[in-house]
Amino acid sequence: MEFLWCLVVGLMTACGVFLMLERHIVRFLFGMILVSNAINLAIFVAGRLTRGNPPLIASDALLPAAGYANPLPQALILTAIVIGFGLLLFTLLLAYRAIKELGTADMDKMQHAETEQ
Amino acid sequence: MMQWLLVMPIFIPLLTATACAFSFRKQSLSSVISWTGAIANLLVAILLIQTVISNGLQVTAFGDWKAPFGIVFVADLLSSSMVLITAIIGIAIVLYSTADLRSKPFYAIYHSLIHALLAGVMGSFLTGDIFNLYVFFEVMLITSFGLMVLGANKAQIDAAVKYVVLNLISTMVFLLAIGLLYGATGTLNMADLHAKVAELPDTTMMLISGLFLFGFAIKASAFPVFSWLPASYHHLPSAIVALYAALLTKVGVYALIRVFTIVFDLVDSGYQPLLIVIAGLTMLTGVLGAASQFNIKRILSFHIISQIGYMLMGLAIYTPLAITGAIFYIIHHIIVKANLFLIGGFLKRKQGSDNLRELGGAYSAMPWLALLFLIPAFSLAGFPPLSGFWGKFLVIKASLQTEEYLLAATALFVGLMTIYSMTKIWAEAFWKPLPENAPAPVTLSWKENCLYITPIAALAVITILIGFMVEPIYQLAETSAMNLLNPQPYINAVLGGDSISHTAPLSANGIAGGSH
Amino acid sequence: MSSIIFRTSAHIVTVLMLVFSVYLLLRGHNNPGGGFIAGLIAVIAFALLMLAETTDYVRQRLVYSPAAFAGSGILIALLAGLLPLFFGQPFLSGLWWGKIGSPLLFDIGIYLAVIGSVLMVLLNVEEELS
Repeated sequence: MEFLWCLVVGLMTACGVFLMLERHIVRFLFGMILVSNAINLAIFVAGRLTRGNPPLIASDALLPAAGYANPLPQALILTAIVIGFGLLLFTLLLAYRAIKELGTADMDKMQHAETEQ
Repeated sequence: MMQWLLVMPIFIPLLTATACAFSFRKQSLSSVISWTGAIANLLVAILLIQTVISNGLQVTAFGDWKAPFGIVFVADLLSSSMVLITAIIGIAIVLYSTADLRSKPFYAIYHSLIHALLAGVMGSFLTGDIFNLYVFFEVMLITSFGLMVLGANKAQIDAAVKYVVLNLISTMVFLLAIGLLYGATGTLNMADLHAKVAELPDTTMMLISGLFLFGFAIKASAFPVFSWLPASYHHLPSAIVALYAALLTKVGVYALIRVFTIVFDLVDSGYQPLLIVIAGLTMLTGVLGAASQFNIKRILSFHIISQIGYMLMGLAIYTPLAITGAIFYIIHHIIVKANLFLIGGFLKRKQGSDNLRELGGAYSAMPWLALLFLIPAFSLAGFPPLSGFWGKFLVIKASLQTEEYLLAATALFVGLMTIYSMTKIWAEAFWKPLPENAPAPVTLSWKENCLYITPIAALAVITILIGFMVEPIYQLAETSAMNLLNPQPYINAVLGGDSISHTAPLSANGIAGGSH
Repeated sequence: MSSIIFRTSAHIVTVLMLVFSVYLLLRGHNNPGGGFIAGLIAVIAFALLMLAETTDYVRQRLVYSPAAFAGSGILIALLAGLLPLFFGQPFLSGLWWGKIGSPLLFDIGIYLAVIGSVLMVLLNVEEELS
């Protein structure tokens, strides 16, 4: 099962990197979304996969039942998703502003910062 | 008491940031709030370093979840001195931006974001948990994005695109590294990681530490991946660029030093030869880039890169003396670089330009400013007895001791080229007469002059103080380096293990383990 | 978007979603839910209202600006973290008085912060694009 997930992560990263190498800023953004989701999945898989055992402690026990799911990767991913959500929102709006102000979505043509005033 | 003191460096800036955002309608009110916050922060930072020096390493666990399960904040000598320097820079920037950003429409939001950025920086210094480090990096990153695009023009948006894109890549790599590290070891606490990483197979360790190296190298703007820095810094408002120049890259270097001493052992990870090459090339490309530029902010931006090279050199050599040098260099560089950018910003305000071709005559018009420029400029170039000399002296001495002669030669050559750049700014902006077609300098009110000059003068005084009182700061850096290379006291204190305090041999200040 | 069925039902659905978001907020400590998710649902409710009416209408119904929501949310969350320090416990520790405790206060702060910040972006973007 882990092996399959690793393939999925690899495939998503490959697609994401391919898109990120494009000069078009929106494609770059799509690539970024793919890669960051792939990384979240990678964290999830790195935390080991188990099925059907929530990490809850029964009211008469001191420890959760053996083989319970690891809750920490999910907490990490949730944090990473929230942060990624904020960054993505910002980058999306920045891309919008850049296309509007600079009149191009081609990152090679964005050279306004380089000219000497 | 400790529970209070360790949280305050994060809490006060965040509170100030919120209060500034609420007072956005009244400029004067937000200035007062911002000053109060910055001063309170400095007081807390002084109190913190005092406590750490007299009582040793301090730890607090958030929500009372004990390490290694919960998030801990750890103040050792290194992190508390970094917090102190950050607070000093914070005060200088807040004062300066009261004058520099007054004309901007988002004045209060600038102050709000500056404080939020400071919170991110201080959190990165204080945290003892590697995922929490990521979170504070993000706080820092998103606020720096915000500061970059506030009231932006075309060029600034363009610069921001490059900055954002390259920093996002670094962020993602850093996150992936954390995920894999967790998968391999099952813990995220830096102290706990120390023992567990040592048991990993070599290939796993090399992969994960390589990812960390790559992620932090982008943040620190090291050799092949520094291009975001000179592409974006020179269009920012002067107060903001001084803040970035002083702190952002240094947090990257700090993270590298932390991770490659306490978590990974640089020698074991196998990246030491690579890091030596990176350090040399970072110095060289930075200084050569600066030589070709004619814009003050761009010259100084390239010099950030070359100076980062010295810090990486200290880490790469990896002897106690070298790491002492790197820490000393960080402390010196934060102060000096912020000061140079502030002076550049003042010149821009006076003359309306920061292109050296359009500047001139500053020496005859403002001889006191020329004096204030010479102090950080000489310090950056490494003239004795100013602070930069001692930093360079330490790392070069360490490189000679380990027989890295080529690296030492590069460092000396880069020092020489730094003098060239500083002389260029001096000759063009201060010495040569004002060009014929240049507009007359703007006359500023007495109050504005004060707000501009006070931080510049204060930072210059600190530079001189570091230069003449090398001994205590050297001791501080040395003890920090010893504690990094021999992290057992740190680990004992964080994990609350048995208090067999394995004190570093040179800890004159009594940084002993098991302090709680 | 301006069909009368949509506009009428949007008002009802918005109210239901807001109630549901408060429900998620309150059950969050022991069950799936919590401040962030509840906040996002509340934002979706307001977004629906925004599509049915106008951005000005939503701003009017909010009374305070989204930025004020975000700011006060962060303030409340910070204070909820600070509170245990007064009782000699570390930052962010949970204090409980029966079923009500500082984690709930923290969640309310997050709830408001999420509503404020996401709605701020949403309303501004909608105004910019239309």
